[in-house]
Amino acid sequence: MMQQAVEAGVRHVPGRPIYQLRNVSRSYGAFRALTGINLDLTEGSFSSVIGPSGCGKTTLLKIMAGLAPPSTGSVILNGRPVMGPQRQIGMMFQQATLLPWRTAIDNILLPIEIRDGRQAARAHRDDAGALLDLVGLKGFENAYPRQLSGGMAQRTAICRMLITRPEVLLLDEPFSALDELSRDNMNLELQRVCLARNATAFLITHSIPEAVFLSDTVYIMSARPGRFSEAVTIDLPRPRTLEMMTTPEFGAYVTYIRNRLDEGAAP
Amino acid sequence: MITVKGQPIRTTNETFPETVWAEHVAHIDRIPRPIAMIGLLLIFLGLWQAVHVFGLVSPIILPSPAEVGRDILFVGSNLISGGYMLSAMWITAQEALLGFAFAITIGFSLGVLVGETSFGERAVLPYLVAIDTMPKVAFAPLFLAWLGFGISSKVALAAFIATFPIVVGTASGLYAADENARALFRSMGASRWQTLWRLKIPNGLPQIFTGLKIGAVGVMAGAITAEFLGGGKGLGELIRVAASQLQTPRVFSLILYLSLLGYLLFWTVVLLERRLVFWHRASATGIEEAR
Repeated sequence: MMQQAVEAGVRHVPGRPIYQLRNVSRSYGAFRALTGINLDLTEGSFSSVIGPSGCGKTTLLKIMAGLAPPSTGSVILNGRPVMGPQRQIGMMFQQATLLPWRTAIDNILLPIEIRDGRQAARAHRDDAGALLDLVGLKGFENAYPRQLSGGMAQRTAICRMLITRPEVLLLDEPFSALDELSRDNMNLELQRVCLARNATAFLITHSIPEAVFLSDTVYIMSARPGRFSEAVTIDLPRPRTLEMMTTPEFGAYVTYIRNRLDEGAAP
Repeated sequence: MITVKGQPIRTTNETFPETVWAEHVAHIDRIPRPIAMIGLLLIFLGLWQAVHVFGLVSPIILPSPAEVGRDILFVGSNLISGGYMLSAMWITAQEALLGFAFAITIGFSLGVLVGETSFGERAVLPYLVAIDTMPKVAFAPLFLAWLGFGISSKVALAAFIATFPIVVGTASGLYAADENARALFRSMGASRWQTLWRLKIPNGLPQIFTGLKIGAVGVMAGAITAEFLGGGKGLGELIRVAASQLQTPRVFSLILYLSLLGYLLFWTVVLLERRLVFWHRASATGIEEAR
């Protein structure tokens, strides 16, 4: 049954297309970092990409975000070509990267301040407070980053990503620096936010269970040159719970993906 | 469903010797700081007095501590009563402050040019490095020839000496912003100007303040050097005259008050740093403990 799901490749999530990548590649001189990337993300879907270090995952994310141009191919977001940073995208990185001289709430309001100015940022204070509340950081509005633990800082970074109400979330190993307990909680949080807002998410991760837990589709990448070798559809009901991670179905997905990665890693 | 039964952890009745022990601290490290500092000063003064009592050095070259102390009080009363020494101190202070203001304006602007633009880094920086390696005091006669014996030549040398550390501090401060933060600002669609003022400059404040502190020391050196070489009515001139008349106690006490002036300028910068860079560990001693 699972094999079928894997072979079907793309799960039919109802929704309009958000991202369309066609034959995207990126070379640095003779080195081909990415080649022949085709990708379709529909509205409200959650996809992950998993692969060995140096397979071009981050390069792909930067191209999708408009932070770097592709060498060939096209990136279409909401029907428009991506040529530069996009308003409707929210990004998260491995580090929370909070500005240490700003309080939590001023860090969250930074994207608004950059986009629409200080006055607009002031007008969004209540929204920022509500977001802090949502991630369980009520009362930390005026805390400085050094007063926050790693998990709290990363939750603040989630709020900063969400304050502009992005339709698309691009996540570059956002929780890999956290301990496993916080990480599981963050993943639950992320799922809740995505479901509530019908946001489209694309996640880079090194954790197979994390990818399976969060995703509708897991893309397996192989290196040199970086390319998608397989798309695995995760057919588990939503919302997913931490208990599901101990079920045989979940374990089967994890094992399957691990085997595929091991095959890819062997030269 | 698998169930796991817990077992209580067993403890024995065996007794062990207590292993409480004190870490050894050397006696000299146990002396409280104020006592250690004052003690060291007294030892120094005692040695000085001994040199005087045994007549090892002529009193014209090295007066006794008591003599210097008396002169410090004399100069102090002259300063408080608004005598000629106060106006001399005020002139030196003006030179230093004006020099510092010029150094900050020029140094910061050049620092941004070097740290932010590729042109600045490739074309301007090599010249700055070349000039910085020169002994800047050697330019003093030029400034005197160009600007005369008034206050402006002193301001110029003070500014000239203090500009370079501020350029270096500013430029390295701008380089300090890490790649993640830059990527974040790019992803938010921040303009170059926004990235500069909301990320790079605040993030670089610790390095900028390092430059400012070196500069604050530099302007005092510059003002006094220029006064030695170019006269005027400042403290440097008073020191020079006192030394030429072999009034050694006066030289000592004038140096002390000159140092107080430099100390005041330096600590103004440090207090400003503590206010603005409260978030940076090395700059914010005192805040961590308060938490």
